Amino acid sequence: MSEYKRPTSEIEFEQNFAQKKPLMNATEAHFESSKCLFCYDAPCITACPTGIDIPLFIKQINSGNLTGSAKTIYESNWLGNACGTICPTGELCEGACVFNHQDLPPIQIGRLQNFATADAIKKDKNLFSSGPSNGRKVAVIGSGGAGIACACELRTMGYEVDIYEAKSKPSGLTLHGIAAYKITNQEVEDEINFLEKQMGLNFICDHPIENKTQLEKLEAGYDAIFLGVGIGATAQIGLPGEDKTNVIGAVEFIEELRKKHHELNVPNRVVVIGGGNTAMDAASQSARMGANTVVLAYRRSKEDMGAYGFEYKLAISAGIESVFNAQPVEIVGNGIAKGVKFIRTQVVNGKLESIQGSEFVVEADLVIKATGQAKQKHFLDLIDGLELDNRKKIVVNDKSFQCTNPKYFAGGDAVNGGAEVVNAAFEGKMAAQGIEKWLTGD
Amino acid sequence: MPNLNIDFAGIKAPNPFWLASAPPTNSGYQIMKAFDAGWGGAVWKTLGVPVINVSSRYGAVNYGGSRMAGFSNIELITDRSLADNLREMEEVKKYFPDHAVIASLMVETKEEWIQIIKDVENAGADGIELNFGCPHGMCERGMGSAVGQEPAVLQTIVEWVMEVANIPVITKLTPNISHIVDPGLAAARGGTNAISLINTIKSIVGIDLDTYAPYPVVDGKGTNGGYCGPAVKPIALEMVKELAQHPEIQNIPVSGIGGVETWRDAVEFILLGAGSVQVCTAVMHYGFGIVREMKAGLEQFMIDKGYETIYDFKGKALPNVTEWKHLNLKHKVVASIDNDKCIGCDLCYIACDDGAHQAIRIPDESGNRIPEIIEENCVGCNLCSLVCPVEECITMEQRDDGKQHLSWDDKTIANEVPTSFDDDRAGGKGHFVPTVQDALKHRKNNN
Ligand SMILES: Cc1cc2nc3c(=O)[nH]c(=O)nc-3n(C[C@H](O)[C@H](O)[C@H](O)COP(=O)(O)OP(=O)(O)OC[C@H]3O[C@@H](n4cnc5c(N)ncnc54)[C@H](O)[C@@H]3O)c2cc1C
Ligand SMILES: Cc1cc2nc3c(=O)[nH]c(=O)nc-3n(C[C@H](O)[C@H](O)[C@H](O)COP(=O)(O)O)c2cc1C
Ligand code: SF4
Ligand code: SF4
Ligand code: SF4
Repeated sequence: MSEYKRPTSEIEFEQNFAQKKPLMNATEAHFESSKCLFCYDAPCITACPTGIDIPLFIKQINSGNLTGSAKTIYESNWLGNACGTICPTGELCEGACVFNHQDLPPIQIGRLQNFATADAIKKDKNLFSSGPSNGRKVAVIGSGGAGIACACELRTMGYEVDIYEAKSKPSGLTLHGIAAYKITNQEVEDEINFLEKQMGLNFICDHPIENKTQLEKLEAGYDAIFLGVGIGATAQIGLPGEDKTNVIGAVEFIEELRKKHHELNVPNRVVVIGGGNTAMDAASQSARMGANTVVLAYRRSKEDMGAYGFEYKLAISAGIESVFNAQPVEIVGNGIAKGVKFIRTQVVNGKLESIQGSEFVVEADLVIKATGQAKQKHFLDLIDGLELDNRKKIVVNDKSFQCTNPKYFAGGDAVNGGAEVVNAAFEGKMAAQGIEKWLTGD
Repeated sequence: MPNLNIDFAGIKAPNPFWLASAPPTNSGYQIMKAFDAGWGGAVWKTLGVPVINVSSRYGAVNYGGSRMAGFSNIELITDRSLADNLREMEEVKKYFPDHAVIASLMVETKEEWIQIIKDVENAGADGIELNFGCPHGMCERGMGSAVGQEPAVLQTIVEWVMEVANIPVITKLTPNISHIVDPGLAAARGGTNAISLINTIKSIVGIDLDTYAPYPVVDGKGTNGGYCGPAVKPIALEMVKELAQHPEIQNIPVSGIGGVETWRDAVEFILLGAGSVQVCTAVMHYGFGIVREMKAGLEQFMIDKGYETIYDFKGKALPNVTEWKHLNLKHKVVASIDNDKCIGCDLCYIACDDGAHQAIRIPDESGNRIPEIIEENCVGCNLCSLVCPVEECITMEQRDDGKQHLSWDDKTIANEVPTSFDDDRAGGKGHFVPTVQDALKHRKNNN
C-alpha cells in the first residue's frame, strides 16, 4: 500500500518528490567540508568516472573559495551540478571515501559538489569561456550528458559546434529520464543555461537527424561528427497484449511524468516489469504519484536484480510491493490492459525455467515495461562503416572515442550501453579531445 | 572524594578554577552566576582610570570546523564606574563569603594605587591582582604591558602596592617579552605574594579582504589585539614552567592562565606548578557551565591517580622538563601502523615523504593503500602518528633496550662532541635519502 497521497498541485508534487539530496546551506557545507582529510592520492578521485579533484574542491569550499571550487569541479565534469545530486555516489566517490573503513559516514561529496556549483550557477560566475576560433566545425547529435560535455570541451578549444537535438529541449535523460526526486527540471535547465551562456552552445532543437541525406549534409559541412544519441525508447518485449493502450515503456512514462508533474494521471493499480534501476525508478515514482498498489515483478530472484540495493530500498520505502521469480507471459484484457499474467520461475542447473501450471494474474490499470531500451541500431546503420558490437553498442577506440568510420566519434549510453550521466560526461569530454587530436594530428 | 580546596598565597577558594579578569567578570551579576555554577574564584574585570571602549572588539581564528581556536580583543579595562563595581563586590562577598573575589587593578600614580587598594579592601576583596599585561590601548597610556615590559618600573609599582596592601597581592605578567623570568624576578623582588600569567599576546588575527583592515575592524581601521584561547596554551605552559623552575621565584604561588578549556588543560598547568588556573575564552565561548566538565575531570583524574588534594601533584612534571642537552640520545622509537585500524588515507605517507624522512612506502600492489614503515629510515619523529586521523592507529614503539643513557651533556663532559656529521640516525648515513632525480618519478603525466 502506497503511503503517498495523489498530488493535485505543483506544491503537493514537490512534497511527494522531495529531493533526496537537497541543496546544503552554507553552515552545513562548512562543517561537512571541514571533515575531509585531504587524503593523499585520494581514493574518492579514483572512484569518480570523471576524476574530479575532490579533496581540492572540498578544501576550497572550506577556505571560502567557492568559485574556485566550482571551477575545479567543472574542469573535470561539465555536468558537475547535476552529477552532484544524480550520481549514485554511494557506489562511486562516497563509496570509496576512507571514512567507510572506520564505519563512519563518508564525506557527502555529491552534495558538497552540488553546493559549490549551485553557487556559481546562481551568481552566474564566469568560470570558462570559449577559446579563440580555430576555424573547425563539429556537429554534435544528441544533447544529453555526452553531447553537452563534448560540445563544451570543443568550445574551450575554439571549435564551432552545432548541437542537433530531436526533442524540444536540450539535456537528454537528465531532463527526461532521471527520477524527479533526484533533480528538479529547474536545476537541469539552470545548469544548461549557465553553460550555454559561457560556452556559446548552439542548440538546434526539434531537429532529429533521421535520414541519409541529413547525414551526408553533416558530413560535408563539418570536420567531425559526435554521436551522443543515447539508447532511445523502451524495447518491445514481444508479449501477447503488449500493444494495449495502457501499456507503456518506463522511459516514456518517466518522461511524461517529468513533463507533466501532478497533471499526469497515474491509475490506482500499477505493475512494473523489470529488475534494473529504471524499474525501481518507475515503481518508486508511480507510488509517489499516488497509485494504490504498485507491484514490481522480476523474472529472477531478488539477488539477481541489476538495480543498486539503495534504489530497491528506496522503492520499498515508497510503499511498493515486489514479486520475484515471476516471468510475464501475457498482458490480459480487452483492448485495454486489465492485468499481467505471470508464470513462476526457478533456476535449474543454472538455467531459468518456468514452473508448469504456476500461472497467476496480477491486476493492473497501468503496465510499465522497464525491460531495457531499444538502442539506436536503425539510425546508426545509416552511417557508412559504423561498426556496432553484438549488443548494438557503437564500437570506439577506448581513448579517443573515435568510431570505425573515422569522421565519427561517440560517447555516452550509445557507447557504454547505458550507464550514468557521469560516464556520458566523461566520454563526451574524451571524445572532444580525441577529435582535436585527430584533426590537428598530435 | 578528592578535596579541591585551595589556599593560594592566603586566598582560600573551594576549587582552583577561577575566572580571569575579563568580560565574564564585568559585573556582580555575572560573578554571582559563575559562583553558583561552580567556579571557585573570580578576578574582577580590571578597575582603574576611566576609559571608553570601541564598538567591534573581538576577532577570532577559526580552524576547520572549530570556532575560536584563537581569540583576540581590543577591549580596555572596565568602563563601569568604580562605585558601582565596589558596591556589587560587597554584595557578592555577602552571598559567597567562601569564594575568592580578587580585584584586578590598573592605575597610574602612586596616590591612585594607594586609594584604589583601600577601596577594594573596604569592599571585601580577598586579594588584589595587578594588571601589567594588557597589550593594547592601555599600554599606549603607559599602563598594562608597558609596565610589564619594564621590569624596573614593574618592581617599583609592586613595592608601592606592598607598602599599603593588607590582602594578598598577585602580579599578572604579560607574555610580550622575550624572557619571562625578568619581570618574574622583578615582581618577586618587589615582594609580590603571587604571580599570574599569561595575559594576552600582541597579535593580528586576520585581515578583512574587502576593507584591507585587521580584525576587528573599527570603521575601516584596526589595531593589534590581545591573543588568547586554546591556541596560546603552549606558550602559557612554558612560561609558567620558567617561573616555577627558577630558584628565586619557585616558592611564589603561580596562577596559570592561557587557553584553559578542559580539566586536562588545568591539570597540565598544575603539573607545571600552578596553584590555580584562570579562564576567560572558554567561558566567553561556552558560558559558566563549562566549569562542570573541568571540575568533574579534575576529580576523576585525582581519583584515578589516588590524589586527595591538588598539592599532591602540583609541580609533579617539573623535574621532567629539562634542557635539550640532557635528553637521552640512545632512546629510539619507530612508528608502527595497525593495519586493522588503518583507513588508507595515506596522509602519513605523504607527510613522511614530503615533510619528514621518506620512511613510509605504499605497497606496490594496486588497491592496497595501507602504508608500510621503512624502519631503517624512521627517525622516530612522530609526524605520521600526529597526522593519522584514526585513534591509536600509528603508535611509536621503543626499539632501544632502555639500559643505555648518553646525552649531549655527557658527551660534552667526556669531550666527545662530534666534529663531523656521522650520526646513525642522520639521513645519508644511517638511512637512505632518495636521489634528487627520484623526485621526478612522482610526476603525473599531465603534460
Ligand atoms: C529511467 C532512467 C533513470 C536513470 N537514472 C539515472 C540516475 O539517477 N543517475 C545517473 O547518473 N544516470 C541515470 N540514468 C542514466 C542516464 O540518464 C544516462 O546514462 C545518460 O543520460 C546518458 O547520456 P547520453 O548523452 O549518452 O544520452 P541521453 O541522455 O539519452 O541523450 C541523448 C539525446 O540525444 C537525442 N537524440 C537521440 N537520437 C537523436 C537523433 N537521431 N537526432 C537528434 N537527437 C537525437 C535524444 O533526444 C536525447 O536528448 C537513468 C536512465 C534512465 C533511463
Ligand atoms: C620541525 C620544525 C623545524 C623548524 N626549523 C626551523 C629552522 O631550522 N630554521 C628556522 O628559521 N625556523 C625553523 N622553524 C620555524 C618555522 O620556519 C616557522 O617560523 C614556524 O614553524 C611558524 O610557522 P607555522 O605556524 O607555519 O608552522 C621550524 C619549525 C618546525 C615545525
Ligand atoms: S576519501 Fe573522503 S576524506 Fe579522503 S579526500 Fe576523499 S572525501 Fe576527503
Ligand atoms: S616517525 Fe617520522 S620518520 Fe618515522 S615514519 Fe613517521 S613520519 Fe616518518
Ligand atoms: S595516516 Fe593512519 S589511517 Fe591514514 S594511511 Fe596512515 S596509518 Fe592509515
